[in-house]
Amino acid sequence: MSLFSRHVILEKNSLLLTVAILIVVSIGGLVEIAPLFYISSTIEKVDGMRPYTPLELTGRNIYIREGCYLCHSQMIRPLRDEAERYGHYSLAAESMYDHPFQWGSKRTGPDLARVGGKYSDAWHVAHLTDPRAVVPESVMPPYKFLKDNLLDGRTIAEDLKANKIVGVPYTEDEIKNARADLFAQLSEDSDDYEAFIKRYPGANVRDFDGDPEHATEMDALIAYLQMLGTLVDFSTYQADADENLR
Amino acid sequence: MSNSDVRKGVGLDVITLGGFLIVLDVISLFLAARTQDPLMRMHAYIMLGAFTLGLAALAMRAANGITYDESRYEEGIVKAGVIATVFWGIVGFSVGVIIAAQLAFPNMMYFQDIGWLNFGRLRPLHTSAVIFAFGGNALIATSFYVVQRTNRARLAGGVWPWFVFWGYQLFIVLAATGYVSGITQSREYAEPEWYIDLWLTIVWVAYLLVFLGTLMKRKVKHIYVANWFYLAFIVTIAMLHIINNLAVPIAWTEHKSYSAFSGVQDAMTQWWYGHNAVGFFLTAGFLGMMYYFVPKRAERPVYSYRLSIVHFWALIFIYIWAGPHHLHYTALPQWAQTLGMTFSIMLWMPSWGGMINGLMTLSGAWDKLRTDPVMRMLVVSVAFYGMSTFEGPVMSIRAVNSLSHYTDWTIGHVHSGALGWVAYVSFGALYCMVPWLWKRKRLYSNDLVEWHFWISTIGIVFYITAMWVSGIMQGLMWRAYNSFGFLEYSFVETVKAMHPYYIIRMTGGLLFLIGALIMAYNLWRTARGDVRKGESVPDVMPASAAIATA
Repeated sequence: MSLFSRHVILEKNSLLLTVAILIVVSIGGLVEIAPLFYISSTIEKVDGMRPYTPLELTGRNIYIREGCYLCHSQMIRPLRDEAERYGHYSLAAESMYDHPFQWGSKRTGPDLARVGGKYSDAWHVAHLTDPRAVVPESVMPPYKFLKDNLLDGRTIAEDLKANKIVGVPYTEDEIKNARADLFAQLSEDSDDYEAFIKRYPGANVRDFDGDPEHATEMDALIAYLQMLGTLVDFSTYQADADENLR
Repeated sequence: MSNSDVRKGVGLDVITLGGFLIVLDVISLFLAARTQDPLMRMHAYIMLGAFTLGLAALAMRAANGITYDESRYEEGIVKAGVIATVFWGIVGFSVGVIIAAQLAFPNMMYFQDIGWLNFGRLRPLHTSAVIFAFGGNALIATSFYVVQRTNRARLAGGVWPWFVFWGYQLFIVLAATGYVSGITQSREYAEPEWYIDLWLTIVWVAYLLVFLGTLMKRKVKHIYVANWFYLAFIVTIAMLHIINNLAVPIAWTEHKSYSAFSGVQDAMTQWWYGHNAVGFFLTAGFLGMMYYFVPKRAERPVYSYRLSIVHFWALIFIYIWAGPHHLHYTALPQWAQTLGMTFSIMLWMPSWGGMINGLMTLSGAWDKLRTDPVMRMLVVSVAFYGMSTFEGPVMSIRAVNSLSHYTDWTIGHVHSGALGWVAYVSFGALYCMVPWLWKRKRLYSNDLVEWHFWISTIGIVFYITAMWVSGIMQGLMWRAYNSFGFLEYSFVETVKAMHPYYIIRMTGGLLFLIGALIMAYNLWRTARGDVRKGESVPDVMPASAAIATA
């Protein structure tokens, strides 16, 4: 009985055919995905990574909502020209708190993995408001309306809580104060500033959109952009250390 | 026909579906009342309206008395699927032309105060409309047609197939309204949020049960090859959809959720899904279509039964490994990248096995390429399938990918597959099915099929050549160095260089859309029973709605 005549068994039994298909299509995913969760070298050992502040997380959600990832990657490849154009190649550790990841798949615009600190806040405001006023050849859409949308932090505690459930190490303290922290990041003069900066040491604290009277989506998005790629301390990162070889 | 085949009155299917719709109505009413989230409330109202309409339609049908005739095929749902396919196709192609125009003419196509018309919100609308709304409806319609004919059995489940059809349309409406109002998970080709994903899971399980139930009712011994492909498509999409969309919503009354995975694991899971949305939604399902409509239209048997077996199992086994080629040179560990590349290259063979099986089915009937424009459309679709399944493995090689990744080359590759293969094989199937379903002897016009074919083929050629040139050019410009050892071009100089190609691409898309509009007109006139004056169109055999009993 040849293999081909045995195939008749599957052709005559729809349930058996379904089960056989399911087994055959499961294997590849199991081999490629499952080990990423337990091979310890999958994520490098680095100093400096911390969860997003409530304002940065809000900005990140705006980045996702507007579909920025469709034209901007956040993944610098270890190629000479990319390192010179964008900076150190991206590490897996740098997106370890990213639910979901934002590596992107297309660069209609430049990579943003290390855009943090490269341009002034005022540049970002002008550019997001009217991209072609700053870069005449740009094909980017305008995001002027972000300045009109006020932040209310209605769900920010729930946002942090959900992140904690999926593995981001937010503390109870951070979740409880999420809403206060959201606004505290906008001014060093606020009452909540001291507590905020203790919870998120090194975070940028200032009014980001040039309008200190209002907390806007523009503030949140720029706060996110200005911290991108700035967390990891590369002076202590050793690419060829045993635990980082992958 | 025997009387035992005919059943009247309200059956278990109506009762279960009615009960289910009532439960769904209560849930969406509760959701609309409880939510603080304006976007969730909008969707709760849409769902409430949809479930209430469904309930009303079901009640009216039940009141008028439903007749189940097991001796006849369920063709109404296939007709509805044909209409939905054409409708969503035109919507999806139009949005594609609009976003292509946005990249070519940003000053004209963006509006300061209308943020929801920005590229970032319309692009998922385009991809979902063409893949899931156009492609998905084409797959559901043809699979329901093919599974009945090749198994000589009426669709299983009574009124439940209609739940699959309308439930799927509701999924499309929720996804589309979600994108433009800012509801997205940012997972490419899996953008809908958690509750829309749950809804699709329910619809998809019902689809699987209807399909399997029909296979079980079959009056022939062997399950025909087209059904293996449809089955693999349905089963695998269920697996991919569920695992890739694992997420924790911030509350059951809020639209926002956070992915269960992060960073590198999330990326791997997403592109395992993403590439197999291509492999199973856009390939396996449409191969099922090819395996029915190509032999049927050519009136020849499938070239090789053994080749079907080999390429079926090889294709579905190998495809699932190919995802990591979307992540070359990223922070994904290199072992996974290498595995992905290796399997992507191997994938070339089963892909071409399918192409050969499709093309060689025309042995002895090659003259039909000249005389039958519908046959030509089907054959060209298989040729495009062969081309893109060669280009894909080439682009999955790391060295090639270092140039092509992040550029328009990828966009061109996708469109040679999506326009050339997926859309053309669907158009071919539509041209076949409309005369069969509406019991017409022939199409309204073969000349219009010729026009459709040539206009859209020129459109595809414009599109993919423009993207080849712009993609390879931009990739080379990014890595160009001047004689002093500095990068030659700033990023925005490479954007500026894309401008003429973006115009050519938009023109190509526009031609493709015009072709589809011609088809819609032709199909509409065909369904009405018109025949174009001064044109002699050869008859096609109208298919009978009665199930032949041996």
